[in-house]
Amino acid sequence: MSETILELQEIYKSFGDTPVLQGIGLKAAQGEFITLLGSSGCGKTTTLRIIAGLETPDQGRVLLEGRDMTQAPPNKRDVNTVFQNYALFPHMNVEQNVGYALKIRKRPKGEIKEEVKKMLELVQLSGFERRMPGELSGGQRQRVAIARSLINRPKLLLLDEPLGALDLQLRRQMQQELKRLQKKLGITFIYITHDQEEALNMSDRIAVMKDGRFQQVGTPSQVYDSPLTSYVARFVGTANIVQGTVGTVSGDLVEFVGQNGKTSFGSRGHSFVPGSPVTLAVRGEQAQAVKGEEGPGLAGVVKEKSFSGGMLRIAVELSGGEEFICSRHGIDWELAPGDRVRINWQPEHACPVDLPRTESGEG
Amino acid sequence: MAKETSLKRRQARGDFLTTLPLILFTVMFVVGPLVYVVVLSFLTRAETWGTVPEFTLKNYADIAQPVYLGTFWQSLRLAFLSTLLVIAIGYPFGYFMAKLGPKWKRRTTLLLMIPFWTSSLIRLYGWIIIFRAGGVFDSLLMALHITSEPLKLLYTYPAVVVGMVYALLPFMIFAVYSSAEKLDFSLVEAARDLGASPMKAFFTVSLKLTLPGLLSGVVLTFVPSMGLFFIADILGGNKVVLVGNLIQDQLMKAHNWPFAAALSVVLLVLTTVIIWLYRKLSGVKDLEGLV
Repeated sequence: MSETILELQEIYKSFGDTPVLQGIGLKAAQGEFITLLGSSGCGKTTTLRIIAGLETPDQGRVLLEGRDMTQAPPNKRDVNTVFQNYALFPHMNVEQNVGYALKIRKRPKGEIKEEVKKMLELVQLSGFERRMPGELSGGQRQRVAIARSLINRPKLLLLDEPLGALDLQLRRQMQQELKRLQKKLGITFIYITHDQEEALNMSDRIAVMKDGRFQQVGTPSQVYDSPLTSYVARFVGTANIVQGTVGTVSGDLVEFVGQNGKTSFGSRGHSFVPGSPVTLAVRGEQAQAVKGEEGPGLAGVVKEKSFSGGMLRIAVELSGGEEFICSRHGIDWELAPGDRVRINWQPEHACPVDLPRTESGEG
Repeated sequence: MAKETSLKRRQARGDFLTTLPLILFTVMFVVGPLVYVVVLSFLTRAETWGTVPEFTLKNYADIAQPVYLGTFWQSLRLAFLSTLLVIAIGYPFGYFMAKLGPKWKRRTTLLLMIPFWTSSLIRLYGWIIIFRAGGVFDSLLMALHITSEPLKLLYTYPAVVVGMVYALLPFMIFAVYSSAEKLDFSLVEAARDLGASPMKAFFTVSLKLTLPGLLSGVVLTFVPSMGLFFIADILGGNKVVLVGNLIQDQLMKAHNWPFAAALSVVLLVLTTVIIWLYRKLSGVKDLEGLV
């Protein structure tokens, strides 16, 4: 791993009586793209503000390039932020906005002009120097905000839901552009979003947050294929969660006993004690619903069938009352609402989650 | 095409009819008195009482006398000083008031409004009680052993300044407040994030964006302070004479209406110039906070 740019150590923060962050730890390497993923109120913006220096943690330390900067004001940190609402200065034109950081540092006028020109080229906004922020579209404002925060060549760029206000098509386009910029400049990005697709598309690593804690920090494939908790499994790619007990254990293969049938799952290196409770996360596209009441799998009744985006979605009500969603390519004409089915999967596709933790998510 | 123009004409007539009351009101209560005062200022004073319809420039020539020019100068100086003090107190007050939580905002607004429910004359008499020899202020200072004898502040220049600042402060506070409340604090954070110190962020962002409020506060303070004659009267005795006092005296005591009118016209021109300057400076068309 290359040079560590940012390290958060056991960060705690409360507003009044409300705990917002409860022991956040994270390391970010040079040039890494890390996404903080979570629903609103999970503490991701507070984490970002603590890194930027706009908020001071109650406990814990913020290290930037190995130096303790926990108490340093924002203007003393080599970190810049792209704010959620862009926060462009309404009384300055595009050129003044982008050049602000250099003007504050009293750099010569000619140099500022030159740098601004380069930055606007980088975000493809050349020729917009004289425009006021009020005269720009959402996407253009976004680009100005990015150019403004990059002009000082920070080691670390923080982005607080930068694409949240854009429409879907523009968001896709900006996702690619941001990724391109990040690769080109080699800057570490800490990116906030509540959109799991965006996180999976762009990140080197994803930190899934809930209630001020990291549920899991890992690569997109780790988070998607091997979620540690049922929350992660549900939040990233909406997995089905089923609960039951451990049956017989034979090597890597563990028997799963649900209240509506038996099947099995892979142990993934964990040890299981027969009779203990277990929770599994299963992706809808990796589970099959088969007509009939005989054989292995969980018993249920088809409630609903719908077709969208090339995928068939089958909602099954398990006999315990929980809903299980199966999806597959193509149309299945066989199954109809009311049919009794069994749901089953390949053992390696079921991921045991919410196991008692032996180590924290951040290695 | 013809239809369109007739429609436009009908619309224009409708507009005229609906705004007619407003036009009548303006003519009767604004334009009329103004024309009256201007005309009056060119008339000759009658020997005993009233005016003689004889055109003259004497009234304006009289203003050029050192006594009266001195009064204008003193008024301008007092207005300038009061405005500076009002800015010094009112700007921070309004700025931080805008940052309060909604509950405290409401309370502060109420506290600022309550004095308006009492006659300003009565409130000025309150100041007399505070300032007079052996009054509240003197007793307090003496009790604290800051001074050994009464300062006798009543009927002095400082008392008039205090009265002016007291009367005009709320206008500045509300003007700055309404401007500062619209200030998006994330802009200040953005400035800090981009490397600005707290001072630098204030001067490049906060102050720039609240400048319209500050300037309209200045107009709302400076212009009235030229004419608030009763404050100088009540708290300044006869020692402080302002343009407002002069006009009042000429009108009520000397019964020299044309001269009072001429003084009013000059004051009006002076304040118009100040408002024009304000517009030039701020590029703002409306008086923010009052409209």
